[in-house]
Amino acid sequence: MAITEAKKMTTLQVKRFKPSENPTNNYLTDEKGVWAWMTTVDHKKIGIMYLVAVAFFFALAGFLAIALRTELWTPAKTFIEADTYNQLFTLHGAMMVFFVLVPSIPAALGNFILPMQLGAKDVAFPRLNLASLYIYVAGAIFTFAALASGGFDTGWTFYTPYSSDGNGAGVIWVTLGVFILGFSSILTGTNFITTIHKLRAPGITWDRLPLNIWALYATSIIQVLATPVLAITILLLAFENIMDIGIFDPALGGDPVLFQHFFWFYSHPAVYIMIVPGFGIISEVISTFSKKTVFGYWAIALSSLAIAFIGFLVWGHHMFTSGQSAVATTVFSFLTFLVGIPTGIKIFNWIATLYKGSIDMKTPMLYVFIFLFLFSIGGFTGIMLGALSVDIHLHDTYYVVAHFHYVMMGGTLMALLAGLHYWWPKMTGKMYNETLAKISAVLIFIGFNMTFLPQFVMGSQGMPRRYYNYIDQFTPFHQTSTIGSYILGVAFLIILYYLVKSLFGGEKASSNPWNSRGLEWQSTSPPDFHNFDHTPVVINGPYDYHKPMEEFQLGLAVSHNGHDAEHTSTEVEKTEEKA
Amino acid sequence: MGRLFDFMLPENKSPLTADSTDGLFHFINEVSLIFLIGITFALIYFAFKYKRKSEDDKTPVITHNNTLEITWSVIPLLIVMVIFGWGYSGWLNLKAVPNDAYEIQATGYKWNWNFNYENGAQTLNELHVPKGRPIKVVMQSRDVLHSFFIPDYRVKHDVVPGRYTYVWFQAEETGESIIFCTEYCGTSHSDMLAKVIVHEPEEFEQWLELNGGGIQGSPVEQGEQLVTLQGCQTCHSVDGSEMIGPSFKGIWQREQQLTDGSTVVVDENYIRESILYPGNKVVAGYQNVMSPYEGRLSDDEITNIIEYLKTIN
Repeated sequence: MAITEAKKMTTLQVKRFKPSENPTNNYLTDEKGVWAWMTTVDHKKIGIMYLVAVAFFFALAGFLAIALRTELWTPAKTFIEADTYNQLFTLHGAMMVFFVLVPSIPAALGNFILPMQLGAKDVAFPRLNLASLYIYVAGAIFTFAALASGGFDTGWTFYTPYSSDGNGAGVIWVTLGVFILGFSSILTGTNFITTIHKLRAPGITWDRLPLNIWALYATSIIQVLATPVLAITILLLAFENIMDIGIFDPALGGDPVLFQHFFWFYSHPAVYIMIVPGFGIISEVISTFSKKTVFGYWAIALSSLAIAFIGFLVWGHHMFTSGQSAVATTVFSFLTFLVGIPTGIKIFNWIATLYKGSIDMKTPMLYVFIFLFLFSIGGFTGIMLGALSVDIHLHDTYYVVAHFHYVMMGGTLMALLAGLHYWWPKMTGKMYNETLAKISAVLIFIGFNMTFLPQFVMGSQGMPRRYYNYIDQFTPFHQTSTIGSYILGVAFLIILYYLVKSLFGGEKASSNPWNSRGLEWQSTSPPDFHNFDHTPVVINGPYDYHKPMEEFQLGLAVSHNGHDAEHTSTEVEKTEEKA
Repeated sequence: MGRLFDFMLPENKSPLTADSTDGLFHFINEVSLIFLIGITFALIYFAFKYKRKSEDDKTPVITHNNTLEITWSVIPLLIVMVIFGWGYSGWLNLKAVPNDAYEIQATGYKWNWNFNYENGAQTLNELHVPKGRPIKVVMQSRDVLHSFFIPDYRVKHDVVPGRYTYVWFQAEETGESIIFCTEYCGTSHSDMLAKVIVHEPEEFEQWLELNGGGIQGSPVEQGEQLVTLQGCQTCHSVDGSEMIGPSFKGIWQREQQLTDGSTVVVDENYIRESILYPGNKVVAGYQNVMSPYEGRLSDDEITNIIEYLKTIN
């Protein structure tokens, strides 16, 4: 295999060229107007639209979080009623999970970056890509319809029989919204898998695939395999609600624990849909800003796949106190520890990448450092929760709340911020204010720990989650946490400010401001409508930082995309013989 | 460090169920802290030591190192296997109720806990137990999922409609401990609190004797005890104040507007129907959140409750 690959490369005739700086024509100027955006099949524009939608929902759900924390300033009522509080935490969770975390990295950043890292013009099914965006919007409309029809207060987990017990028409609307949203996720996954298999530019062999692509590949597999189960579960729930068919409600002869199995069969792998693409971003950023080959390429690539597969077999660890069978509980606990290992391997490999590197602490790298610290805490507390006897004590307390915020916000969201700052110049052609960016990153770090560290303590002391009222001993912890959430809020406003400002008055970005070796940086900033002027031939690996920058020019197949070496034209300037 | 982790946990009042959990909690915290300090130190050290000096810095090509990879895979694997075994054995202990355990029946419903004892004694939101004896609480739910959690004893189990679940513990000192509901169950989920009251064994026997034999007295007195034991006052006030459900004060012969716009005068039949099937005629301005009492109260008991409600003016 390696030999035939090498032969093909030696006969490949390419010419090299540099991307032009400050292009007059790019994907943003190519088609203008609202209609052009709404009907575009360009993966970059679709990615941008996803990004705007995700940012909108993040702002909304984040605002709800601030309201919830404010309510918890005092026990009992601070400014809203219990029923309102219950609806708000449900909405916060459902929006953050389904409308922010799941689509954030794959559908927004992934859509933009994946074809560029593969040297492709677009994803394999551009129209399907646009359809997935519209399906996402349809799901959102249903959720707002749920609010209009009286809201829902079931928690984002929709546990039966509470959710099927006539708690408002809102439940039906929102579950249908999530049902629809799932298709968006499935289509994106299918699209990515096909694109990675079929649209890699000549020269991108599997061992040269950027780790971001490996991560998105693993994510897509989970999306395609797990999401249908959620769809079926929610459909059954709707049947029960509308037609009184007994599936989960014991009053109708159903089994509420069955619902939990179905729900977590999707929702645990969904946790990996949220975090694994973040791993991809971390690998890219850490290599670029330490100017060094990623340590343990295969360990990082394959551990993503390992996590994807083992992640399917651990759902029962959400149910240790539910009354599931003792054998199941034991097996789920055991497998839960196994899934921790590949995650640990990744962290060690990233740290080893820094060794003897040339570390430039720009904003994306700062977020990677924050990620590594916060996500490690998220991981260790996950080990705590995987241990059977300890989980009995900690289950459904604030310890769990703190744990998943360390993983989801300290992990996924920090990775998203790293990726957003890293690719911002490529996406918009503008540089953001580095000083403000660093200040807000530090504020996020402080605010985050202040918000969620106290929650570990009060959780261990017994403070249950989803509590509107609490006993007095927890007051200092809640108040610290609330102040922390305000700091977080301010930090995000600063980010919004300098990012928007950069669009209008920002310094122009060069095509490769970080001197990255990644393929996506070999195009103009912002990229052309078709990403590259010609289908590129990839000569070097994405992490070949030991090679001088001059070598990192695009190879351009002279004819037939490099597949037909005999018929090369005479314009060849230089023949590449590196395999 | 141990003191910090001690601070994180509530007081251990049932060593037989809590010791293993606490030991493992400390162990995982200590191991995690060692790893976290190592990771943080490496991050900070590398960030300074290998800070970029110029854009032309050369970095070595280090693609991988099998010895390192195996080391940092196998050592954590061994550690988590220890944690798994420890957690598993502690959990088996939580499942294995001692043979001589004293049994108490518990029922969870929105938003109260009811406890029933061998001699017919009943309590609402107060679990009386003797010190130094294993207690098994057998639990059921009348409506939705609840979860029975006593932080001081490190025990918790979901309370599931349509099946029995249990927890056991052995309190080693007299006093009170809080019981939380930890499975979200609606409006007053966070007020679904109860407490364990631990007595000296003789004192417990006296208490049991005193409260045994069930409900007695005139119909009105019996009705009042039933209303108290069933926790009706969690949602219905007797002094006219606004709560989750309509107040009992002046309820008799009151004209009520219903959610469908019609009106009804509160009489025996309306009260009976509203206890058995609360969702049939909901008073305007309130939500249908009450659990149906169909099959849970006898006709005589309902009559007594009606007699009592007539007296609240």
